[in-house]
Amino acid sequence: MADISQQLQEQVLQARSGGEKLNIIGGGTKAFIGREPSRDASDLNVGGHTGIVDYHPVELVMTVRAGTPLREIEAVLAEQGQALHFEPPHFGPESTIGGTLACNLSGPSRPWAGSVRDQVLGIRLLNGKGEHLRFGGEVMKNVAGYDVSRLQAGALGTLGVITEISLKVMPHPAASLTLVQDMAMDEVLHYMNSRAAEPKPITAACWVDGKVYLRLSGAKSAVEATAEKWSGDVMNDGQAFWRSVQDMQHEFFAGKDAPLWRFSVGSTADNPVLEGDWFIDWAGSQRWFRGAGELSDMETQARAAGGQVSLFRGGDRTGEVMHSQPNALKTIQQRVKSSFDPDGLFNPGRLYSWM
Amino acid sequence: MATKPKISKAELADQFRTFIEPEYVITDDETIKPYECDGMSMYCEMPLLVVLPETVTQVQRIMRICHEHGIPVVARGAGTGLSAGAMPNKEGVVLSLAKFNRILHIDPLERTACLQPGVRNLAISEEAAQYGLYYGPDPSSQIACTIGGNVAENSGGVHCLKYGLTVHNILSVEMVTAEGDVVNVGSSGLDSCGMDLLALLTGSEGLLGVVTEVKVKLLPKPEVAQVVMAGFDSVQKAGDAVGGIISHGIIPGGLEMMDGHAIVAADDFSGAGYPREAKALLLCEVDGTEEEVHEHIAEAEAVFRKLGATSVRTSQSEQERALLWLGRKSAFPAVGRISPDYYCMDGTIPRRHIAKVLTDMQALSEEFGLRVANVFHAGDGNLHPLILFDANVPGEFERTEAFGAAILEMCVDVGGCITGEHGVGVEKIRQMAVQFNDLELQQFHDVKAAFDPSGILNPGKGVPALKFCQEYRSLEHKQHKHEHTEAAHG
Repeated sequence: MADISQQLQEQVLQARSGGEKLNIIGGGTKAFIGREPSRDASDLNVGGHTGIVDYHPVELVMTVRAGTPLREIEAVLAEQGQALHFEPPHFGPESTIGGTLACNLSGPSRPWAGSVRDQVLGIRLLNGKGEHLRFGGEVMKNVAGYDVSRLQAGALGTLGVITEISLKVMPHPAASLTLVQDMAMDEVLHYMNSRAAEPKPITAACWVDGKVYLRLSGAKSAVEATAEKWSGDVMNDGQAFWRSVQDMQHEFFAGKDAPLWRFSVGSTADNPVLEGDWFIDWAGSQRWFRGAGELSDMETQARAAGGQVSLFRGGDRTGEVMHSQPNALKTIQQRVKSSFDPDGLFNPGRLYSWM
Repeated sequence: MATKPKISKAELADQFRTFIEPEYVITDDETIKPYECDGMSMYCEMPLLVVLPETVTQVQRIMRICHEHGIPVVARGAGTGLSAGAMPNKEGVVLSLAKFNRILHIDPLERTACLQPGVRNLAISEEAAQYGLYYGPDPSSQIACTIGGNVAENSGGVHCLKYGLTVHNILSVEMVTAEGDVVNVGSSGLDSCGMDLLALLTGSEGLLGVVTEVKVKLLPKPEVAQVVMAGFDSVQKAGDAVGGIISHGIIPGGLEMMDGHAIVAADDFSGAGYPREAKALLLCEVDGTEEEVHEHIAEAEAVFRKLGATSVRTSQSEQERALLWLGRKSAFPAVGRISPDYYCMDGTIPRRHIAKVLTDMQALSEEFGLRVANVFHAGDGNLHPLILFDANVPGEFERTEAFGAAILEMCVDVGGCITGEHGVGVEKIRQMAVQFNDLELQQFHDVKAAFDPSGILNPGKGVPALKFCQEYRSLEHKQHKHEHTEAAHG
C-alpha cells in the first residue's frame, strides 16, 4: 500500500522536458492488448501505486489507487458481502483495476450488471502536462463537467495515467446457479435473447462447443423458481465454469499466439460467416472467433452485424488491431488526445498507429 | 468564442429559408418569445432566431452556415431543463429538434429502440409496453422531456441506483458536429474501439454536438413491484434505515426520502395517506420476480421496524402503490401550493452525511430567512432541496440564489457534487469553480475545443471562463464556505 503519485508526476514532467515517450504499465498482465508497445518509450510503472483510499460499504462506493490488484480489491469487498459486479478478467494475480479500466474489460455479467466503464464514478488522472486532475466524484449521480472518467475506458492509457478510481460496488448475489443444455449455434442467438427479454434474474448467457449456459443470480427463491421453469440441467460446477470464462482460461482461449478476434456486435445479428471456431458470450453481444483473416475483411463482417471488431490477442500486432475509425471521428479523437497529451507522451501507437 | 464576421439576422434567415420552409425559420419576437427560457424560467434571453429543421441534412446545413459565420447554436428539445442549459444566446440561433419526434424502430428481441431526439421519454416506454419492455431512466419530467435532452443532460430519475442513468442505457448516437459532419458514436454492440466518446457526449449539455438519433436499450418490465412506506421521527433514523437496507444486500428499484415540510405538502396535495407527524418518510420500492419481491419486501419491513420506524405500510395492490408514489411525484407542485415560488436545487452527497446536511440546511434556512422542503433520491444520494420564496418581494430571489449556492457548496464539502441530474447550464456555472480547480476547468475547455474549435455550440454554459472563477472564489466567499466546512466536519 503506497502512494507514489508524486513520483509518477515527476516522471511524467521529466519525460516531457526530455522529449521522451512513456509506456504505462500496471501489473503487466495485459501487454498483449492493443498494438505492440513502442520500443522507443520508457516504462512508467503504476503497479507500485496501490491501496484502498476509501471504502464505505453502505455507500456502495470504493476509491482505490490504480495499481491495486483486482484480487486485493475483491478480497476486501468479499469481507462485506460485496463484489465488482462487472466481473473483471484476471489475466494473472497482478492484474490491476487501472489496467482493467484502460482496456474496458468486463466479464460474463456485463450485459446485466454493466461494464467497468458503467461502474466508474470518478478518477484522478495525470495528463501529458503532468497535471494531476480530479474528475467525477464518489457519488452515483454527478453531471458536473464532462465525463472524463468514463472517457478513459478503452483509451488504453493514451490520454493519461489513471492514478485513482472511484467505483460503484454491489452486494454479492445471495444465490446463483447455472443451466446448461445442448443447442446448435444457429438457434442459440434467438434462444439467449428470448430468455434475456424475460423479467427473470439472468446474469450470464454464453454458448460454446454446442452447449448454451445460462446463469441465474439473486434472491434464492427467485433463482430456484426460474430454474424450475426454464429448460436445461443444473450444472454442478457452474461457478468454476464462469470463472474460466471471466479469466479467459476456458480451453477455447488456449494458445496465445493464434489470432483471437473479438466481435462486439448487435446481440441478435446473424453470425459472421467465417471459417473457424466461435465462443458467443453476453447473450450474443460479444463473440470470440478463432481463425485467420485480415482486419479489413473482419470489419466488413462486424459492420454488417451492427458493431465492431478487434484483434484481441495473437496474430500480427505491428499493424492496426482495432476497428478503423471514420475520418470525422478520427480527427475528433486526435484532437481529444492532444487536449490531454499535447506532446504525445503516453502509449504512442498503442491504440492506433495514428494516435 | 466565435471571432468570424457575423451576418445580419435577415441574411441568416434568408439563407436558412433556401432549404427550410419559411414558417419554420422564426424571426418575429412574438413567436420567438416561448423559446426565451427552459424550465428554469428565472433565466431568459431572446435569440436572434429559432429554426426547426426536420432532416439531418438540414441540421448539417444549419451547422455549416453557423460555423462559417461564427453564430452560436443552442440545441433545444422540449425545454424542460432545470439549469437554463437551453437558454438562448442573444446573438445566436435556437435549433429546435421538435420535428424529430418519431420512434424509428423497436426491436423486441434485441431489446432496443431507435429514436429521433425529439421523442418524449415516456413515449418510449409506452410504445415498448406491448413487448413487455420499458426504458429505464425516468426523470420526473418524463411526460414531456425528450430523449435528446436526456442524452445532453445524462438524465436520471428515481430508479438510478438499480437501473442506471442515461449513460448506462444508450448504445449509440448519431450526431452532427459543430462543423456540420455527421458521426455515429457507439454501435449496436455494448462497446466500441477506442476512447469512450459516447460517455463523454452523454451529459455534455449540448456543448459538443447536436444529437440527431439515439439507440437505447430496453429492459423487461419486472413481474411485480411493491413499495414499503416507512415514517421516522428523525432524519437521522431514516438515513440509517437507508444504509440498513443497502447493507442487507437489497438494491431497491427506487428509494426516496422526504422531510417534514415535504411530507405534509405532498399529503395535502395527493391524499396519499402519509404519516403527517413524521419528520422523515422513506418510500422503498422493490421490483423483480414474484418470489424475489416477496422475499425482499419482508426483509425491508423488518429492517425498517428494527431501525425505529414509527409507521410501516406496504402497498397491497397496484392502485395503492400508485397512490403512495403519487405523493412523491407531486411533491414539486405540492410545494408550489404552499409558496408563491420555489427554487429546486440538485446536489448529490454521500448518503452517510444526510442527517448532517439536512440539519445544516435548516440552520441556513433560518439564517437566510427562507423555508426549505426536501425530497431526496436517497438511494443514490441526490438531494432536491426546494427553497420557498416570493419573486414579487424585491431581493428575495437573489437571497434564494445565495442560499442555493451555499447548499451546493455544502454538498461539495461533504464529498458530493453540485449537480446530480439537472446539469450546470447557466444556473450553476459559478459553483463549478468550487468543485473544480482551474487546471481541471481548462482541461474541460480543451476537450470542448476538440469537438467545437470555434466555440459555437451552446457558448457560456456548462464550464465557466477561468477569469470568473477567480472572482467567485473571492475572500468573502471563501469565508462563508469555510464556516460550513467546519460545520460539516465538526
